[in-house]
Amino acid sequence: MKNRKKIVALSLSLTFALSMTAQAKDSDDVYRTLDEIQDSGSINIGVFSDKNPFGYVDENGEYQGYDIYFANRIGEDLGVEVNFISTEAANRIEYLQTGKVDIILANFTVTEERAEEVDFALPYMNVALGVVSPDSNVITSLDDWNEEDAMIVISGTTAEMYLIENYPDIKLQKYDTYANAKNALENGNGVAWANDNTEVIAFALQNEGYTVGIPSLGSQDTIAPAVSKGNDTLLDWLNEEIKVLGEENFFHADYEATLVDTYGLDYEDSLVVEGGVIE
Amino acid sequence: MPDLGLEVLFKGKNMVRLLGGIGVALKISLIAVVISIPLGILLGALMTWKNRGVRAILRIYLEFVRIMPQMVLLFLCYFGTTRAFGWNLSGETSAVIVFTLWGTAEMSDLVRGALISIPIHQYESSEALGFNRAQTYLYIVIPQAIRRLIPLSINLITRMIKTTSLILMIGVVEVIKVAQQIIEANRMASPNAAFGVYLTVLLLYFLACWPISLLAKYLERKWR
Repeated sequence: MKNRKKIVALSLSLTFALSMTAQAKDSDDVYRTLDEIQDSGSINIGVFSDKNPFGYVDENGEYQGYDIYFANRIGEDLGVEVNFISTEAANRIEYLQTGKVDIILANFTVTEERAEEVDFALPYMNVALGVVSPDSNVITSLDDWNEEDAMIVISGTTAEMYLIENYPDIKLQKYDTYANAKNALENGNGVAWANDNTEVIAFALQNEGYTVGIPSLGSQDTIAPAVSKGNDTLLDWLNEEIKVLGEENFFHADYEATLVDTYGLDYEDSLVVEGGVIE
Repeated sequence: MPDLGLEVLFKGKNMVRLLGGIGVALKISLIAVVISIPLGILLGALMTWKNRGVRAILRIYLEFVRIMPQMVLLFLCYFGTTRAFGWNLSGETSAVIVFTLWGTAEMSDLVRGALISIPIHQYESSEALGFNRAQTYLYIVIPQAIRRLIPLSINLITRMIKTTSLILMIGVVEVIKVAQQIIEANRMASPNAAFGVYLTVLLLYFLACWPISLLAKYLERKWR
């Protein structure tokens, strides 16, 4: 008797949850059109608040970074206030699907799976993997890898997945945090460290004695703003905006204002995508 | 002394921001506590009724809230209500609603447990002394039940305060999120800051929960 009650309770709760997801499919128009945003006087932009130097909060509590610089310009050109919303990597799509933000500008890599859920505008940045190693033994290719050597990676990153898939013979040394991986490379536990190229470039610049031997590995991906699926007025406006901004070299200026301290000038042209055009 | 990266706490307004973060966590959990304790007592008393319908409904509510992870409840309340009904609740409002629903459910079960733990002879003796039903509850049962409830509800309250660390997933910037922001903003300059900042967060949670424990101890001693 007791058990049956429990089963009833459980199935009821499941039905409730399922009905929620079922209803989700046929509700459209969650988003705000361009006119509605302009009429309201403010735009909600979802950004990272803890991804230095793309989107982060400085010691005075102000949002800063490459994505933020662009977001502020969007607000200026639309003539509205920008409302920053702190998002996590895991809930960015959910925010767009419920219209709780108008645009996601959170270092959002364009992938096919994501493009089915949200609409991406033109890209404004490149991203690939990179490999950094000590100056004494610079690794420039992964093809003739010495079996004894280990490659340092951070668990759960695209670098880890890429290496497992494409270079199964390379021995990996996995670390949970950036700080641990950094210590491992400095102590010589591995011969090189593979990560997003932005990460390894930054590391080589800030730490004497290291070189990025492979600055671009794997598929070239792009970073782009995203809007709710079907929000064409806003999407078209964003695409037009990115093209127009290209004429004044806006994203280069953005890079020089926010990323140059971390990546230096050498990588400006390879990282920045201007006017939405990938070379 | 190992490098804990404590210097990042003294940059700009960082310490004030961390304190503000624990303030947000405490505001949400304490509003939820203040609403859910009386509601929980009421529902807990209803759960001891003989009426099967009332008991079944309360049981379903309790099991639903207890089985669902708080994270799922937060997502259902924040994103789910927008999808299903088009409501646009703020992150903080959603958090208060979920924590209240959760607190009320758990509190009602604690109250039910405390009430049925009062031996039947207490009721019978009070009837023998000529108390009516209301008086029995007011003078005999509730005072005893409350004494049994205190340690249990303190446990619940501190758990509610600590579980606010989940609400960063619905866009509320509380103490954990501020900590992550500070650590990441200084990732290159002080890579060890994680230790110092999380240590400070631990201390802040402790300072928030400890007075509640002390109050409980005091009440337990006073009502012995």
